[in-house]
Amino acid sequence: MTWSATARGAHQPDNTAFTQQRLPAWQPLLSASIALPLFFCAGLAFIGLGLGLYYSSNGIKELEYDYTGDSGTGNCSVCAAAGQGRAPPPPCSCAWYFSLPELFQGPVYLYYELTNFYQNNRRYSVSRDDAQLSGLPSALRHPVNECAPYQLSAAGLPIAPCGAIANSLFNDSFSLWHQRLPGGLYVEVPLDRSGIAWWTDYHVKFRNPPLVNGSLALAFQGTAPPPNWRRPVYELSPDPNNTGFINQDFVVWMRTAALPTFRKLYARIRQGNYSAGLPRGAYRVNITYNYPVRAFGGHKLLIFSSISWMGGKNPFLGIAYLVVGSLCILTGFVMLIVYIRYQDQDDDYEE
Amino acid sequence: MVKEDETFPCDLIFLSSNRGDGTCHVTTASLDGESSHKTHYAVQDTKGFHTEEDIGGLHATIECEQPQPDLYKFVGRINVYSDLNDPVVRPLGSENLLLRGATLKNTEKIFGVAIYTGMETKMALNYQSKSQKRSAVEKSMNAFLIVYLCILISKALINTVLKYVWQSEPFRDEPWYNQKTESERQRNLFLRAFTDFLAFMVLFNYIIPVSMYVTVEMQKFLGSYFITWDEDMFDEETGEGPLVNTSDLNEELGQVEYIFTDKTGTLTENNMEFKECCIEGHVYVPHVICNGQVLPESSGIDMIDSSPSVNGREREELFFRALCLCHTVQVKDNDSVDGPRKSPDGGASCVYISSSPDEVALVEGVQRLGFTYLRLKDNYMELLNRENHVERFELLEILSFDSVRRRMSVIVKSATGEIYLFCKGADSSIFPRVIEGKVDQIRARVERNAVEGLRTLCVAYKRLIQEEYEGICKLLQAAKVALQDREKKLAEAYEQIEKDLILLGATAVEDRLQEKAADTIEALQKAGIKVWVLTGDKMETAAATCYACKLFRRNTQLLELTTKRIEEQSLHDVLFELSKTVLRHSGSLTRDNFSGLSADMQDYGLIIDGAALSLIMKPREDGSSSNYRELFLEICRSCSAVLCCRMAPLQKAQIVKLIKFSKEHPITLAVGDGANDVSMILEAHVGIGVIGKEGRQAARNSDYAIPKFKHLKKMLLVHGHFYYIRISELVQYFFYKNVCFIFPQFLYQFFCGFSQQTLYDTAYLTLYNISFTSLPILLYSLMEQHIGIDVLKRDPTLYRDVAKNALLRWRVFIYWTLLGLFDALVFFFGAYFMFENTTVTSNGQIFGNWTFGTLVFTVMVFTVTLKLALDTHYWTWINHFVIWGSLLFYVVFSLLWGGVIWPFLNYQRMYYVFIQMLSSGPAWLAIVLLVTISLLPDVLKKVLCRQLWPTATERVQNGCAQPRDRDSEFTPLASLQSPGYQSTCPSAAWYSSRSQQVTLAAWKGKVSVEPPPALSGSRHHCSSSPSHSCPGSRVQLLV
Repeated sequence: MTWSATARGAHQPDNTAFTQQRLPAWQPLLSASIALPLFFCAGLAFIGLGLGLYYSSNGIKELEYDYTGDSGTGNCSVCAAAGQGRAPPPPCSCAWYFSLPELFQGPVYLYYELTNFYQNNRRYSVSRDDAQLSGLPSALRHPVNECAPYQLSAAGLPIAPCGAIANSLFNDSFSLWHQRLPGGLYVEVPLDRSGIAWWTDYHVKFRNPPLVNGSLALAFQGTAPPPNWRRPVYELSPDPNNTGFINQDFVVWMRTAALPTFRKLYARIRQGNYSAGLPRGAYRVNITYNYPVRAFGGHKLLIFSSISWMGGKNPFLGIAYLVVGSLCILTGFVMLIVYIRYQDQDDDYEE
Repeated sequence: MVKEDETFPCDLIFLSSNRGDGTCHVTTASLDGESSHKTHYAVQDTKGFHTEEDIGGLHATIECEQPQPDLYKFVGRINVYSDLNDPVVRPLGSENLLLRGATLKNTEKIFGVAIYTGMETKMALNYQSKSQKRSAVEKSMNAFLIVYLCILISKALINTVLKYVWQSEPFRDEPWYNQKTESERQRNLFLRAFTDFLAFMVLFNYIIPVSMYVTVEMQKFLGSYFITWDEDMFDEETGEGPLVNTSDLNEELGQVEYIFTDKTGTLTENNMEFKECCIEGHVYVPHVICNGQVLPESSGIDMIDSSPSVNGREREELFFRALCLCHTVQVKDNDSVDGPRKSPDGGASCVYISSSPDEVALVEGVQRLGFTYLRLKDNYMELLNRENHVERFELLEILSFDSVRRRMSVIVKSATGEIYLFCKGADSSIFPRVIEGKVDQIRARVERNAVEGLRTLCVAYKRLIQEEYEGICKLLQAAKVALQDREKKLAEAYEQIEKDLILLGATAVEDRLQEKAADTIEALQKAGIKVWVLTGDKMETAAATCYACKLFRRNTQLLELTTKRIEEQSLHDVLFELSKTVLRHSGSLTRDNFSGLSADMQDYGLIIDGAALSLIMKPREDGSSSNYRELFLEICRSCSAVLCCRMAPLQKAQIVKLIKFSKEHPITLAVGDGANDVSMILEAHVGIGVIGKEGRQAARNSDYAIPKFKHLKKMLLVHGHFYYIRISELVQYFFYKNVCFIFPQFLYQFFCGFSQQTLYDTAYLTLYNISFTSLPILLYSLMEQHIGIDVLKRDPTLYRDVAKNALLRWRVFIYWTLLGLFDALVFFFGAYFMFENTTVTSNGQIFGNWTFGTLVFTVMVFTVTLKLALDTHYWTWINHFVIWGSLLFYVVFSLLWGGVIWPFLNYQRMYYVFIQMLSSGPAWLAIVLLVTISLLPDVLKKVLCRQLWPTATERVQNGCAQPRDRDSEFTPLASLQSPGYQSTCPSAAWYSSRSQQVTLAAWKGKVSVEPPPALSGSRHHCSSSPSHSCPGSRVQLLV
């Protein structure tokens, strides 16, 4: 024995549970008896959740209007026709009239939607300079090359904000008017244009360059606005907290959409009499029609939507949960049948 | 000049040594695996030259044959020109040739002249270049890779083509909001298309799992440590554990279909032991206990039969003298040398060394019986007889051993002037030459011993008168100097001399089987592996060993394909006859693999010898050789065991090659311990060396080395099995997770105008394979044990479940790929419908494309990791840590990555994306939903397959998971079920046997205590239950 004890020398491997592959382990097995209750439970839970989601989504109202201006679809067709083949199109206004038979439960959000617009195109989506947008003075003067062909103006000045995304900033504007009584006056409904961008984008990611002599305009001196813009960036809004790179419309636009059909938040309606929603009555939306979409076969839509805890109207999640839940239950039953039959056979064999 | 313990640098003709008699000893352990010392003789005319000047003055020419690989054949002639005289012509044989690679022993220095050098040496001619070995898994991996490469290229092509079709309308190619630069516009269309194609290739390149190769290498490297660490494979006696020389072939151990094993030293211990002798029908057994140590007080012999008469006593002494004299053993006096064995007689410190361990065993055995061989001095052999008198015999002639005659003789002259010829050899070569003696009794004894696996030799003698002896001398001299056909002439001369012998008796030497060799072979055969024994040994001994280690069973019908038979009939006839026998039978067999093992079925064992094999392998002019090969293979395939004896090292490799390249391309494993097995070890898919007595040549050239043959069982059945399932899961999983990863990107191209927009952020693209999903699979592939180690060892048949690359078949691969595609569709379209036309936050804000990608990515990371969790059967704390840890790491990383503005990045697209996503309730719900949908089909498939078509493995798992408390019903003797029980019964009964096996351990003790009730109970049980009435089990029970 002593001999064998001494032989356990240098070559002798360590005898630990790990080296001997004998670590204590939980050895679960995905057998029918475990899977069956799992399937039923998951199925029931999913159906319950699905129903909740479905009804919650159904409770959301949406009102949308295509104001692209295809001929015979309302008075925006005039603007569309006027803008045909001209760049930049001349300023034009049109309106959308609608009436609400009952209260449009609030809070109401106003979106615009573009279709067939590829914000996710690679060349388009890289055409920006985040350093410039974060207010870095050096980047302001020297936009990155990705911004080309919107990097430098024809005069050789750096464009601020540079790039295709900024250049194609959505520039239609809307105002909402409410006529409480038939034939009465239209009262403007206040649109809250703040808080439409991500808090972090507005407060952290986008910064104006440091003011020169207290003036934003001077800070931007020596730069050119994007070619499609009518106004320089520091005149986007009279509100100093909403102009320059931190203009909320601009920030919203700069968050490129995932899909070619996308919505962007335009305004929230939550002030005054309209905090509970839009009361019944006739409404008019004045549209400043600038943005050309017919050139690429796109459409422009205007959407009023209410919001719940789960966001806008989207029945997909609820339906998907319902379908998966019922599938779980169904397969659960199929497996139960298989299981019972198999058990019988098993018993037969063993007897 | 070569000094002691040096190896010869080239093939030399031995001119002289510092020993007076012109001999030297060499060991050829590195050449043919024989560690014993061999005597070589200097050329007669030059053996007197002892200084360099002498050698310098020698004037001679040497003629020799063209280099050939046979180690033991050499024919040449030396013409020594001494002054004025005619040249003296001397023959040169292999005894004059010192081979490169051999080592000089016991001789201070020798002089030699080089004849073959470099690549012409016999060693070089026998050397087989080590080729790169790649495992079957790696091959299928590469095949899969090619498929994925095709997918990648076709994806890129499809997208490029679609892009240009889609862009044919100018407003899509260049809408006003996304104008190109001037240089972009001017670029050539084809150049643009080509760069687009390349860009798509870059975008989709992650589908080629480059990281898989890294992980596989790591898995193999780290995994091989588990083999080295395994305590079960550590041999306490030698203090050696298993060695892993290559880690590339771990999983191949789980795929072995053919094992080619050497016999001596591998199956057996290569530790000869004199067991008994039989003189005139009386059996003598030396007192032997524990490993050959003689009891100190007993130097006598134990007689089993009645005491011999006076005449008998004379014969007995003659027999012992014969054994003492008829050998080529040398005695080494000092014990400092690494002689193979020390004399067990404690007093005399002399060591016997010989080219044949049998001879040593015999001489030692006789020593124990009272006759001690002392030394060979000046051609006189001295021995010490029972009365402690020294007897001296003049050694006149040695008729050395060769494998064709299978006997050797010595002619000695006793002190009294009588000349004896003692002849010792295999029974078959002695009996026909015997004219006197108790042939029948001895033959019976010899046969009995042979069946027991002992190596038997017969001893006979003849008294010669002076005239006869002179005639013999002439005959031999004439044969020895012949240059042409010397061998043949010598053989003829021997033939003439060794006849009319008087049979003295027989000896039996045991080469003990290695511990558990039979058990191991049985287990391997049950695992569906065909075991072939390739040995240089002679047929009878080899066959006996095969019986002893249960390679051949009692009911095995042996088919012989030997030189003897081929001499009788033509090779053609023999082959066709054999194949007819085999095929007629196999016609009645069912085609499944199990039939080969069933107890009631006839199974065949084939014995073939080297000469017959070379006939089969020899290419023929008319090109019919391939026919023979095919036929031979066909026969071999139908045999449950094949024994190839009298194999040269290269022939062993040839056999392996033959099987390796046969139709089915089976995976072969060669195991051996000697240098003669090296070529076979190198040739086979997996080469295993047994760290044995014959040097470490085999171990060094092998892929794995194990201390004992029995370790092969754990090596294959446990480690091989584990590694195979681990790596196959690893490979499939890697392809799967990369499909999951890249296919959404592909789909996204349809929604971003084929603009090569990435769906995921760069950090995610980079880290997906490196950190988010790498560790769980690596740890899985190191730790997974789908079944316990003990179950695998107990039930070798489970090995069949993974045979023939079962887990990497195309069907499985397609399943995984489709699963990946399905999951990718779920991720992408799930997120797509979530994001379509709506907001998913409660504050109405809209998410952008990076949130979309991050959602897809999050679902993916969770799905892919949980999929692995579903596949894990063995959850140690490490698995828990790694799986949950890497999910946690993903979350933490994402929070961090999105939580800070990183100064070194010129874009901040991920800023707060992940956190914003988590702030949205529907995103959470979507993650849960999509992960569930993705995993659902796989769970469903697993559960249904387990219920409806369970594999043997799954049955065992079920059995382990739900131990049925029916122990009382099962009788312990179920453990005695023959393999036939499992194979011939319907699978259901087989299943029940599985659950019984689980309960066995507890019962074993009881069996020994009270066998009768157990036996009767089991009989009752067997007859009452239909599922247990398998013929195999009944037979076993009643034995």
